[in-house]
This record gives sequence, structure tokens and C-alpha cells, in this order.
Amino acid sequence: MEARKPRLAVWKFASCDGCQLSLLDCEDELLAIAGAIDIGYFPEATRGEVKGVYDLSLVEGSVTTAHDVERIHEVRRRSKTLITIGACATSGGIQALRNFADVREYISIVYAHPEYIHTLETSTAISEHVPVDFELRGCPINKGQLVDVVSAFLAGRRPNTQAHSVCIQCKLKGNVCVMVAKAMPCLGPVTHEGCGALCPSYDRGCYGCFGPKETPNAPSLSGWFAGMGMDSKGLERIYRTFNANAEPFRKESERHDAQDRKG
Amino acid sequence: MTRKTVKVDVLARVEGEGALKVVLRDGKVESAEFNIFEPPRFFEAFLRGRHFVETPDIVARICGICPIAYQMSGVHALENLLGVKVEGPLRDLRRLIYCGEWIESHVLHIYMLHAPDFLGYDGGVQMARDHGDAVKRGLQLKKVGNEILQLLGGREIHPVNVRVGGFHRAPRKRELAPLAEKLKWAREAALETARWVATFDFPERERDYTFVTLRHPDEYPFNEGRIVSNKGLDISAAEYDAHFEETHVAHSTALHSHLRDGGGAYLTGPMARYNLAFEQLSALAKETAREIGLGESCRNPYRSIMVRAVETIYACDEALRVIENYEQPDRPFVPVEPRAGVGHAATEAPRGMLYHRYQIDDAGTIADAQIVPPTSQNQACLEEDLIDIIGGFSDLPHKELQYRCEQTVRNYDPCISCATHFLKLEIDRG
Ligand code: SF4
Ligand code: SF4
Repeated sequence: MEARKPRLAVWKFASCDGCQLSLLDCEDELLAIAGAIDIGYFPEATRGEVKGVYDLSLVEGSVTTAHDVERIHEVRRRSKTLITIGACATSGGIQALRNFADVREYISIVYAHPEYIHTLETSTAISEHVPVDFELRGCPINKGQLVDVVSAFLAGRRPNTQAHSVCIQCKLKGNVCVMVAKAMPCLGPVTHEGCGALCPSYDRGCYGCFGPKETPNAPSLSGWFAGMGMDSKGLERIYRTFNANAEPFRKESERHDAQDRKG
Repeated sequence: MTRKTVKVDVLARVEGEGALKVVLRDGKVESAEFNIFEPPRFFEAFLRGRHFVETPDIVARICGICPIAYQMSGVHALENLLGVKVEGPLRDLRRLIYCGEWIESHVLHIYMLHAPDFLGYDGGVQMARDHGDAVKRGLQLKKVGNEILQLLGGREIHPVNVRVGGFHRAPRKRELAPLAEKLKWAREAALETARWVATFDFPERERDYTFVTLRHPDEYPFNEGRIVSNKGLDISAAEYDAHFEETHVAHSTALHSHLRDGGGAYLTGPMARYNLAFEQLSALAKETAREIGLGESCRNPYRSIMVRAVETIYACDEALRVIENYEQPDRPFVPVEPRAGVGHAATEAPRGMLYHRYQIDDAGTIADAQIVPPTSQNQACLEEDLIDIIGGFSDLPHKELQYRCEQTVRNYDPCISCATHFLKLEIDRG
């Protein structure tokens, strides 16, 4: 008898759908992946649904409603392995900008009837709610890394992703440093590799979409940015984008925010 | 009196999360609600206080499937505000990158999301078991669209190369050359796609839509033009707010867009463009449309899959035109300086018109932003489709009727994540 194929589920919380779309953007591998696993639940791709427990759950998006909090616990209960994909799921995503503001004010800017809106005051990572087996970074994730993570799961090995900085990737690629050569502020020194040093290859500084690398020294980098003329508002904003709630970035932005308020 | 309710709790094969509820009484549709339970992400709120140059990176994150649409309407609105004109090869490159997005988005919708409805599968992957060659062709075709995005934008989702005034880096002529070869194959594949979808069984349903689209004197609409309708509307993007309104009502999940002064619901997207700009399609696209029996106008929403295929041919042709005429510009962007003001733009996302408005101060800080995504604009029209069209199918057994309702929603390729205004819904299960 043929062994049962591992069963996959793809879940969505607050997000742009980009990370799960990465799976459908694996045009060359998609049918092979679909041959090796059973797609149990993936509403963006199929209306079929297999109820029960899933061997592998990929979770996209952040927790922003009371219902999400309940739902993520259910997803965890029904998943043998749970992997979060993308900045939303691993750090709260861009919607975590509300964590620094008054969410009621946000609601009143966007909606005519604030009383119809039910939302939490924060946007948080999945790992703040349930144990997570592996986190894949990026906004969006790199689809090559996604294929590796899924293959690693199938083969029972560890994923091949690195935790070093974008700078290392620039060196490996032979890019000229945009900060040294062109005086462009670049978050590469503190940002997690995964994109293949994309922005510097396109003549611009990194804006940190893969979030903080292991042991980043953000205060030191801020000193360099300040020397290039960036004021405390700019310093606050540069860390507050797609991974604003990842701790090293959050702390650094808050430091400049406080400075800014002191004047 | 018999009353039955058709409910779909999680609508599959759409971008984002939505649900559907249709109430039938004595065979007539009493109410139809297309519900969206995507939690709010507050883009318009947190754009306030950001510097305008950050706009393309931020608004891209509204939607993973059409980030270019957000980037293009954002940069055009800001350039309108700053009094900057982006012309020549840079303007052409913007058409090219939009072609990439149209191709990948249309082909994803045709093969993975919509065709399974006509052929009776749960999804594209399941369909691949019996229609392997077609699905492989679709995936390869989609990949060509993504390759344009990769080359011009760095990656297919949330490209990094778009900026106000142009691009961070402009490609060299020889970098584009390999794309031309792939696009020639893609054009053939798009032609086969059109012939393939034309063989599907289409319910014969037509409606008298109000179509809204951009109109440009010389080109099939992408980035620029006046906002026009088939019912006499003809305005600049700056006049959008005077003619369209969004309402927020308790029983609905979303801000619904309507034309003001009783103009009602309207349809934007492939069918609107096709009906109002047919003449501006490429020769091959027009010829194919005639060959597959589409004619110059189409009011049957189920046939929108054929219109998407024809637009895919056009996007391949247009991409080839840009590549063949391309000369690398001296500078990849036009320099921009902040000045206080208000700017507007609308562009044609694959699934419909997308409107942006920004107000900035002298330092370039955004004071206010308004974004009206295509799904918000189409939502009222979609519910009218359900009421008008589904009534005619009410004799179908429950499961088939449910399927038909879902298919009717998927005609629109609704993109729920990007609907920045959508609310969390309390579904009335009464
Ligand atoms: S991490 Fe970025 S790409 Fe992924 S879902 Fe969130 S916003 Fe989209
Ligand atoms: S260089 Fe930085 S901002 Fe650019 S893609 Fe890589 S991680 Fe993201």
C-alpha cells in the first residue's frame, strides 16, 4: 500500500496574501510539490477541504482580532508542524504600525462608523501566541527559500536558510557598497539575508524587509545614518516599516521617537 | 412561501478572505451579500506622517497579487502633485512592468482560479491531473509575466525598483532582449489560452452594466487618461471624489463605491476596458477576439475569462513593442522636490480601476491619503449580479446553485486583501 502523503494546510491571518502567493509563483516546482503532498486546506488555491489534522501548516499574516487569537490556537492544535511565513506572521507586519499609535484614531481616519470595527490594539507575530516550529522571514518571503523549507520538511532535515546580514550577500555577489560609494542609507548591516541583496543590486539602500538579522547592532548603524544627515524622525521611520515590531527594530525606533519628543 | 439560504463560509480561490450569503424567497433573490472578513490594516492612517518617497514601498504591501497597480497609482498621484512628467523610455518601462503584472495576474486567475469552475474542479492543482498540458502552459505563461516583474522590479511580489519619478535603476537594452524571445512564445500561449477558454460552457446571462475605465487618446488604458463610462461620464482623476462616493453601512462588510447622484453601481476591470477601448487593442488581440466569437462588446460576466485571455495577448504585444523600441535613458528617474499640494491618479489594475489621492506638506510629509481599490469599486456591482443573475438559476439543486454563486463572484477576480476599507463582519445567520 502506498504511504499516505503528508497533508498541507495554508492559513491566512492579517496580510496581503503575498507570501502564500509565493507558493503559486513557484511555477516550475508547483506541480512537483503538489505531487509530494496532499493539499488539505488552501482556500486561495482550492475549494476542496480535508478536515482533521495537518502534518504541515504554513501560516501567513499577523494576529489583529480577538477571533484571530482563538483561531491560531485551533490551527496549532490541528498542526503537527507549524511554520510561519513572512514578516506579518513573524513580526506583526506593516499593520503593526498601529502598535505605536492609538488604534481608535486610526479607525476614525479610515472609517465613517468606528463603532462597526472590531480590532485589537496591536498586531502581533504568531509566535507570541503559540509555539512555532520554524519562522521564514521576508516581506515577501523568498520563494526559493520556501521551496527549500517545504523540501526540508519532506526530507526531515533542517532548512538551509542563513541568519547573516544582507551585507554578506552583497559581498558574495560582488556588489559595490551603496553606503560607502553612494552615501545612501542602507539597513543591510542589520537586516536578515534572504533576498539575495536585492536593493543594493538595484542601486538603492536596503529598507529592512527581511527584518533584523541575528545580533544586529542597530544603535551603531543609526550613528552612521545620523552622520549622513538623517534626523531623529527619519531614524524613527527607517526602522518602522515592514518589521516595525521585531524587537531590535522596535527598540531602536522607540529610542529615536523618545529623543524626538524630548526635542 | 419557501425560503432558502445559500451560504459559503470561506470563499475559495479569491485573494483574501470572503464569504457569501444569498437569500432566496419563492425562487427570487431577496438579498445578496458578498461579505469580507479581512481585518482592517489601516494603510491610509499610517501613510500619514510618512515621507512621500516611501509611498511605493508602503502601498505595494496592500496587495501581494497586484503590487504594481498600487505602486503605479501612487507614483502617478504624487507626480501629479509635484508637477513632474515622466516621459519617453521611463514611461514605456512603466507600461512594460504593468504588462508583467497583467500577464501574471490574468493568467493566475484564468488557469488556477477561474477555469476550474467551468471544468468542474476544486482548483488548478486538481485540474492538472486531467488537463496537465493546459495547466503547464498556464504556469509557463504566468512565469513570463513574473519574469518581466523580476527584471524590472527585482522580484515579482513587492518589487523594489519603482520610485516617484521613475526607477532606481533602468535596465540596459541587452538585458531586455532575452525577454523578447520569451514573450513571443507567451503571445502564442496566450492565443492558445483564448482558444481554450472559448470552448467552455457559458451561462447565457447579460446585464446592462455601467462600465467605468480610463481613456487615453492613443493607447489601451494602463496608467493615464480620463475616467470615462459608457453612460456619459468623462472626468479627470482630480474630479473623482466629486463623482464617486464610498458608503459605510452596518449590514455590509465593506465600503461600497457608487456613482454619486443616483448613478448607482458600476463595473471596472477587463470587461469595462474591453467594451470602451476595444479599438485600441493590438491587431492580434482584436483578430483573436473576433475569431473566438467575443465580438467588440461583451456583457456576459462569465465570459470575462475570455476577455482576460484577449487582454493577455495585448499585454504580450505591448510588452514586445516596448522592448523593441527601448533605448536606455541617461538617468533612471526624473528628480523630484517636495512641495505642498494635493495629487490624484487612477490606473488600471488587472482587476479594475484603482484611485489614489495624497496631500503633502512643504517638507514632503503625507498629511492625508485616500485609496479606493478595485474590489471596493466593484463590490456593489457584484452584489447586483448575484441578485439579477442568480434569480434565473434558482431551480438548480442547492449544491449547484452554491457553485454558481461562487463562480459569479470569481468572475470578478476579487482581491480582498487589497480592499483596504473592508471590515470584519458579523454574519447574520438568522
Ligand atoms: S509579509 Fe509582506 S508579503 Fe507577506 S503577507 Fe505580509 S505584507 Fe504580504
Ligand atoms: S535589500 Fe533589504 S529591503 Fe531590499 S529586498 Fe533585501 S531585505 Fe528587503
